[in-house]
Amino acid sequence: MDATPRTTPRKSATFDDYSLSEIRRAAASGIYDIRGAGAKRKVPHFDDLLFLGASISRYPLEGYREKCATDVWLGTRFAEKPIHLKIPITIAGMSFGSLSAQAKEALGRGASQMGTSTTTGDGGMTEEERGHSTILVYQLLPSRYGMNPDDLRRADAIEVVIGQGAKPGGGGMLLGQKISDRVAEMRTLPKGIDQRSACRHPDWTGPDDLEIKIQELREITDWQKPIYIKVGASRPYYDTALAIKSGADVVVLDGMQGGTAATQEVFIEHVGLPILGAIRPAVQALQDLGMHRKVQLIVSGGIRNGADAAKALALGADAVSIGTAALVAIGDNDPALEEHYQKLGTTAGAYDDWHEGRDPAGINTQDPTLSARLDPQLAGRRLANYLAVMTLEAQTIARACGKSHVHNLEPEDLVALTVEAAAMAKVPLAGTDWIPGSKTYE
Amino acid sequence: MPDIDLSVTPLRELNAALHKLTPETNERHWVIEHPAGGHAIAAGLNVPVTVEINGSVGYYCAGMNKLATVLVHGSAGVGVAENMMSGFVHVSGDASQAAGATGRGGLLRIDGNASSRCGISMKGIDIVVKGSVGHMSAFMAQTGNLVVLGDAGDSLGDSIYEARLFVRGSVKSLGADCIEKDMRDEHKAAVHDVLTQAGLDGEVDPSEFKRYGSARTLYTFNVDHAGEY
Repeated sequence: MDATPRTTPRKSATFDDYSLSEIRRAAASGIYDIRGAGAKRKVPHFDDLLFLGASISRYPLEGYREKCATDVWLGTRFAEKPIHLKIPITIAGMSFGSLSAQAKEALGRGASQMGTSTTTGDGGMTEEERGHSTILVYQLLPSRYGMNPDDLRRADAIEVVIGQGAKPGGGGMLLGQKISDRVAEMRTLPKGIDQRSACRHPDWTGPDDLEIKIQELREITDWQKPIYIKVGASRPYYDTALAIKSGADVVVLDGMQGGTAATQEVFIEHVGLPILGAIRPAVQALQDLGMHRKVQLIVSGGIRNGADAAKALALGADAVSIGTAALVAIGDNDPALEEHYQKLGTTAGAYDDWHEGRDPAGINTQDPTLSARLDPQLAGRRLANYLAVMTLEAQTIARACGKSHVHNLEPEDLVALTVEAAAMAKVPLAGTDWIPGSKTYE
Repeated sequence: MPDIDLSVTPLRELNAALHKLTPETNERHWVIEHPAGGHAIAAGLNVPVTVEINGSVGYYCAGMNKLATVLVHGSAGVGVAENMMSGFVHVSGDASQAAGATGRGGLLRIDGNASSRCGISMKGIDIVVKGSVGHMSAFMAQTGNLVVLGDAGDSLGDSIYEARLFVRGSVKSLGADCIEKDMRDEHKAAVHDVLTQAGLDGEVDPSEFKRYGSARTLYTFNVDHAGEY
């Protein structure tokens, strides 16, 4: 009669659709997946923290009336010309080569309107970004593509890049598709071939050498410029301590959610720490060496709004840096381009094949037709708007916590929603006095 | 002719004075005494002057040099003439690791031996080593000429791009994608030119050199080459 009832078809939680599709893709192609952007997996993040706000014991400041300052000085330790930013949000290093010249110009315009800095990337400094960035940080990377003492001298700060959050311990690869004549010339390589960016610096090994390298950079620039050291979050306590020992003015700490132009998916998703778990150890190193607020800490990796920025500052950072969010602000992954994303076999919000150089938004490309779609002035305005909103949001929270400067936010203003976030951020689980891993209430 | 004694004058003062020079300066020949292995001596020069250093220097001597001539009467530490743009750097003794690293132009001459990673990531510089070079020399070398009158160590030219390597003696081993190539007349002429610029014209016969360069098999990623990477 009736057939035996059947259970509904059940898919494996372990072998989920994404894992299965990746196995099939690997089996068909024989090469690992390369993509742009940062970790997409869910990791403990700033969403898992909440501010407490003022109460009987804490006195708030009046919104729109009482001053809540947002400026930040970077490079006060050794540099004769430290940098003064109006907002504690900077634009992270992104290369010309990976990004179009129009995108670099837009970032410069938007950041400069808001009184903050932009950063070069692997591939050297372009006239577009120098011309449109009031404050420009020049990266010294392992590849040294385009490295030039004249650019070193006309930069406002120098960032020695040890690693980045998306791939701590990894170099880069700019695939042949994105190597235009101009990119090839800047990097002194033939057009159309894959360009590997080394994972180690060519002329120093270890922290003792790094200290001497930094001395050289200071001598070349007559001790004028702040020198940053950028590390991917992996061993933040020791890396921060060694960066301080090596003579850094500023430490830049990038979590695994931080984007990259292109690397292996397996690297992005499986190497490094989420930024939430990296800030407190870095701050601890600064405090243990008596250098907190003397050597500044910039954190990045998944910063999306003023609340994220405020939480990072409350945990002890001096500033935050944005990359992915800045690209979204100027038009990356815009649903208005859905038709184009569909043609590329993806959808707005998921597009990450930046290395292929076919970005319909004209940002992650060297194609002249595509990049001409991006209006640098309009895109710059959008970035400035977004930075203004982030700053207002951070100020709103700081005032609610009774702070006259966003730097006065502190861990005591925070609680965590999850045990994991409480342990990583070293703040109590909401409604308790429990900080996992700590013996007493901090 | 300014004569600077580094046992008296701080390095920072010396470099600042050298950086302030204009192309029209009359102070065209500087002599530095007692370098005592100090780091970053004469780094970041930007004018066509000559700086003579009597003694051995530490790391990054003449780093990022542009236009200037830097003569080291002694040995040099790590990264001598690193990222040099133009000009001439001459080390009469030996050089440590990463000599001429990432150099984009100019000429580096080393009379003794150079240690490992000589010419690493070189981007247009010409390097002449009268002695031998250590392992991993010309790693990821992009362009320029490395001329070695002696021998080369392990993994010469690993992952090399378009740089040309000329070795007169033996090569212990070649790195990934680096192969021996024909030494044609144009290459003999290139070696002759570099040797002449380095002041070594007539000391050795360019036809005694073997040429090494990229097989160009790793220029675009191919999974069947995965074992080579």
